[in-house]
Amino acid sequence: MIKHLLSAADLDAAAATLVLDTAAEMASLAGREVKKLPALRGRTVVNLFYEDSTRTRISFEAAAKRLSADVINFSAKGSSVSKGESLKDTALTLQAMGADAVVIRHPASGAPHRLANWVEGSVVNAGDGTHEHPTQALLDAYTMRSRLKRLAGLNVAIVGDVLHSRVARSNVQLLHTLGAKVTLVAPPTLLPVGVGAWPAATSYDLDAVVPDSDVVMMLRVQRERMNQAYFPSEREYARRYGFDVPRMRRLPEHAIVMHPGPMNRGMEIAPEVADSPRSTIVEQVANGVSVRMAVLYLLLGGKA
Amino acid sequence: MVDRIAHQILEKTSGAAETVLLGIPTRGVPLARRLAARIATFEGAEIPVGVLDITLYRDDLRLQATRALGHTEVPPGGLDGRRVILVDDVLFSGRTVRAALDALKDLGRPRTVQLAVLVDRGHRELPIRADYVGKNIPTSIEESVRVSIAEHDGTDAVVIKNRGAQT
Amino acid sequence: MITNLGEITVEDGVIVSINPDKKGPKIALPGLVDLHTHLREPGREDAETVESGSRAAALGGYTAVCAMANTSPVADTAGVVEQVWRLGREAGLVDVQPIGAVTVGLGGEQLAELGAMADSAARVRVFSDDGHCVSDPRLMRRALEYVKAFDGVIAQHAEEPRLTTGAQMNEGEVAARLGLVGWPAVAEEAIIARDVLLAGHVGARLHICHVSTAGSVELIRWAKSKGWRVTAEVTPHHLLLTEDLAVDYDPVYKVNPPLRTEADVLALRKGLQDGTIDCVATDHAPHSVEDKECEWAYARPGMLGLETALAIVVQTMGPQWDRIADWMSVAPAKIAGLTGHGHALQPGQPANITIFDPDVRWTVDPTALASRSRNTPYAGMELRGRVEATYLRGEPTVLNGKATR
Repeated sequence: MIKHLLSAADLDAAAATLVLDTAAEMASLAGREVKKLPALRGRTVVNLFYEDSTRTRISFEAAAKRLSADVINFSAKGSSVSKGESLKDTALTLQAMGADAVVIRHPASGAPHRLANWVEGSVVNAGDGTHEHPTQALLDAYTMRSRLKRLAGLNVAIVGDVLHSRVARSNVQLLHTLGAKVTLVAPPTLLPVGVGAWPAATSYDLDAVVPDSDVVMMLRVQRERMNQAYFPSEREYARRYGFDVPRMRRLPEHAIVMHPGPMNRGMEIAPEVADSPRSTIVEQVANGVSVRMAVLYLLLGGKA
Repeated sequence: MVDRIAHQILEKTSGAAETVLLGIPTRGVPLARRLAARIATFEGAEIPVGVLDITLYRDDLRLQATRALGHTEVPPGGLDGRRVILVDDVLFSGRTVRAALDALKDLGRPRTVQLAVLVDRGHRELPIRADYVGKNIPTSIEESVRVSIAEHDGTDAVVIKNRGAQT
Repeated sequence: MITNLGEITVEDGVIVSINPDKKGPKIALPGLVDLHTHLREPGREDAETVESGSRAAALGGYTAVCAMANTSPVADTAGVVEQVWRLGREAGLVDVQPIGAVTVGLGGEQLAELGAMADSAARVRVFSDDGHCVSDPRLMRRALEYVKAFDGVIAQHAEEPRLTTGAQMNEGEVAARLGLVGWPAVAEEAIIARDVLLAGHVGARLHICHVSTAGSVELIRWAKSKGWRVTAEVTPHHLLLTEDLAVDYDPVYKVNPPLRTEADVLALRKGLQDGTIDCVATDHAPHSVEDKECEWAYARPGMLGLETALAIVVQTMGPQWDRIADWMSVAPAKIAGLTGHGHALQPGQPANITIFDPDVRWTVDPTALASRSRNTPYAGMELRGRVEATYLRGEPTVLNGKATR
């Protein structure tokens, strides 16, 4: 197994499948009397969060605690970090505290890569800038596999602000590794220059992509992008790229609709879609804990 | 040997009422299934069979590269108040059984827990003994004992080898 | 000294004879001139001082460097440029020629007192807001026109700021994958296109700093074909390194303009070879450890260059000693108006001489550099050829590869 999980590209098909299979075993815990496993007893997992993300932090915290690890939450707010301590100095502090793993969320792309140079333990990327969010991609893949019983050959449309999306980058990598076919759908302004090199097709036309999609994954669109001239108005964006009821009706019978959350209801996704049986949004949250347990176990469970 | 164990179980448990067999992966699982089948033949009693993966409870987890998890399957009806018989192929140091007892504790509260093994080769490192033994094989610590099960290995066999020997 | 030209004899700071019968393997070049150096003093003496930067320059074979204006305070008054000039004289290792800011505080809004700087003891002729682009076209036009009065030149950092907000590296496949905001080639090319047109229109001298894209080379070639007074420089790192180095997010490879693609590197070499690009300038940009040992987005852009430039140019362009003398001494001295530098080695010329051993191999060790900073992108790289000695008006500033003071 790998030492760090910095990018979805760190996982080959065998390793990614092992994570998903392990997550399935971890998920069976949820129904047990005692929802705790001793696998990481005596190990310390630090959640180092430079961005507010209660959802992701709680998910990692629950995962680590169910594996009996000691969890230290290190939030950038109200700590020495906000007084300007450098990431490197923070890393050395965590090192001195005996962190076996650091789960890092950071607004700067590549911060986990830097951190991995400065700590001896494992580093798990919990979202870095506009780069990657590999555990989100793993839980998305897990959710698709649970619902549709396979990943290879699935047509997955990822729709919205691809340019700024770490979820999209990780999903493109992982889904490609696992044999799914990804189509990125966005206005041209929200696709990065150089996207042609990604293992994914691109389209500007959501309606053309919907009928052939097994999975539609909607990305969060930040309203402030409008002021940066990425699109003219919320209304126009919602009309061209929002997932509404008529588009949902054109999906194949079995297809599912995903969203990494938090949602802008009425912007990229209509409330009726978010609350429909096709929506996996609540499952994604539950699966997040299992997948993160699997990742922490596989990174930390064996010989260091 | 499996017949022998089946008879021992029936004898000691007066017909294997309220009994559950839990196989310990890998080879304990097909053994548990065979035992259940024999007991069904002899007594006509259907004994539930489950699987107990002990990977996360092993005391040597940290000493080796990360192990893949096996699948744990608790039979319908659960374990609470029942007699659980753990089934494994070889009893050696006793550490696997200790891990199984720890794993069991997180799954429920059986009335009693017993242990059935195909081979007891001695050299215990913990105060653990088997309730049902197919065969006691005194071995040297230098030797290795490998059980092959048709369902898993294609053939039924018990092979004792000197560890130093070239294979 | 015995060189590839013959035995050079120096008296009173002047070359008196070159005996072509006594030739050797060491290469003699006219003392190198750097048109683009950040010495960081005043303001960031933790990263570099005029003295430490001068020593690095001498070790790199330089006898003159042009010190960029983005110090703190900014070199936008006669007082600051004279201070830098005086510090250079005191260090005495190279001639330090201050560059003056084009606009007050590099703010891009109001012209600095260009004439006062030109008339000061520092005799400033090159003006630049380097680090920032003079992006207002009207202000740029006025600056180009104004410095004609004293044969000045505006050295433009070509970067359209509206196209590079938050930019971190070259816009393209690598940036897209790494999730780093792209710095598009067009942001450089748009400014160059505009500025060559302006320079042509008002008949003024324009110098383009650190050209980094194939498109920029095309535009400069076109401007020169019109006969406009446009010159350009390229850095050693843009002649060698590419954007792929960013993959591990090590900010030692973060620089502005950013490292580009292989195709750009090849176009820059070709542009230098065919004369479209006039010279090589280091853009030596020292940064403290704290400004580099951090997240990529938070790191300051810039690389050390003085001590490695000549070896990198030889590696990328081949041992074309006459051309290298032109690119690294004659042309930059002419652009900067440094009359005491950049003369072919001949009897009667000032003895500003660089002796280069083309065969010695050495591994770049950041801690062994004379610069106060460590941000060299060549750490651990084996280079071929090293400066053995540097003479400033006959006085050795470097002997046997070591600074004399």
